[in-house]
Amino acid sequence: MDIPYTVQPRQDTGLYNAKVGIWLFLASEVMLFGALFSTYILLRVGAQEGYWPHGWLTIPIGFVNTLVLITSSITTVMAWASLKMNRFGKFKLYHALTILLALTFVGIKSYEYRDKFLRYQIKLADGNIADGHLVGKSKDFDLAQKTGHITIHGHVVNLANKEGEELNKELKKLYDLRSPEGRAVKHGELEYEASQIESLNNYGPWLNTYTAIYFTLTGLHALHVIAGALVIGFLWGPGSKMWKTDPERFTNRIEISGLFWHFVDLVWIFLFPVLYLL
Amino acid sequence: MSDQHQEKLAGPGAGVAHGAEHPDHFSHHVRRYLFVFYALLFGTVITVAASYIPFGHRAMNIGVALFIACGKAFLVGGYFMHLISERKMIYGIMAFTAFFFTGLMFLIIWSFADFPRLTILR
Repeated sequence: MDIPYTVQPRQDTGLYNAKVGIWLFLASEVMLFGALFSTYILLRVGAQEGYWPHGWLTIPIGFVNTLVLITSSITTVMAWASLKMNRFGKFKLYHALTILLALTFVGIKSYEYRDKFLRYQIKLADGNIADGHLVGKSKDFDLAQKTGHITIHGHVVNLANKEGEELNKELKKLYDLRSPEGRAVKHGELEYEASQIESLNNYGPWLNTYTAIYFTLTGLHALHVIAGALVIGFLWGPGSKMWKTDPERFTNRIEISGLFWHFVDLVWIFLFPVLYLL
Repeated sequence: MSDQHQEKLAGPGAGVAHGAEHPDHFSHHVRRYLFVFYALLFGTVITVAASYIPFGHRAMNIGVALFIACGKAFLVGGYFMHLISERKMIYGIMAFTAFFFTGLMFLIIWSFADFPRLTILR
């Protein structure tokens, strides 16, 4: 059965069907991410003064990932332009680069996630909070049984019996790492017996509302990157056979996958400043 | 066919693939894509640089960053996604999306305006 309007435009819309389809899909995607962005605003504006984190993410890493995604956008559009100019070899090259850049993005994001999962916030029995990256745990470390010990590379913050400006300054050592107080913190190796620890959490989505929305937003975005890379990978590999049998339809497929890819880039354009810089 | 009409068909915004274009004819589109790419790189650098400038209030920094992000989004949407020369139906879809997206954001603002009356403070 022939599917109509895969190449020729419909009289009424002036568009081939896939193009209408992808734009309707992207409209639903805008609403999906819009809902999460509005959640972010709600959580951030509603956060208690001094408790919304700043500087928890490494700007150079986010900056590099932004450049990677922008570069993948130009290689995507150049891949499509190459097909329009009947240069299939160039298309292959540009889309191979797109796939490599997508993998680079996911790799860098995974590194960032790993860093968060290895960083711990430990609430100590004396009321202090120790914060830092995990160095090691003894084999018998068990918080419930109060056995063993844990070592982190970090610093201690004392929030107990502090109020007003004094509390704000101490909070900045934990939550505002771009502030003078946060930057002045000296890190060292700290070891705690399980009996000294009241509770501990790594910087996973469960730590606080910031990490929850950070992992939700970036995780959903990363899933889109992976999905886009899979589609582009298919069209670069086995799907590219269509170029020999139906080049115009194949060019349209590249345009459609490209539109999705640019949307993924567009979402990151907002995620980067919102999560890393502000 | 007039040059203008031919341009519209060949342009990236045309709603259908029209087969291979002559490389010379298409090269000005490629130059435009490269220009947009450089502008996006520049915009990213500016975004990071602006985040280090104390504008007096954090809200101002947020405004500046979002303004630059909107500019970059315009470039991606307008040129890479060809929204600058699309068909009416796509603009219709986008108009609906923009309307509901704006509504979504305003719901948040209104919910904050409601905070003192409806929220039970413990």
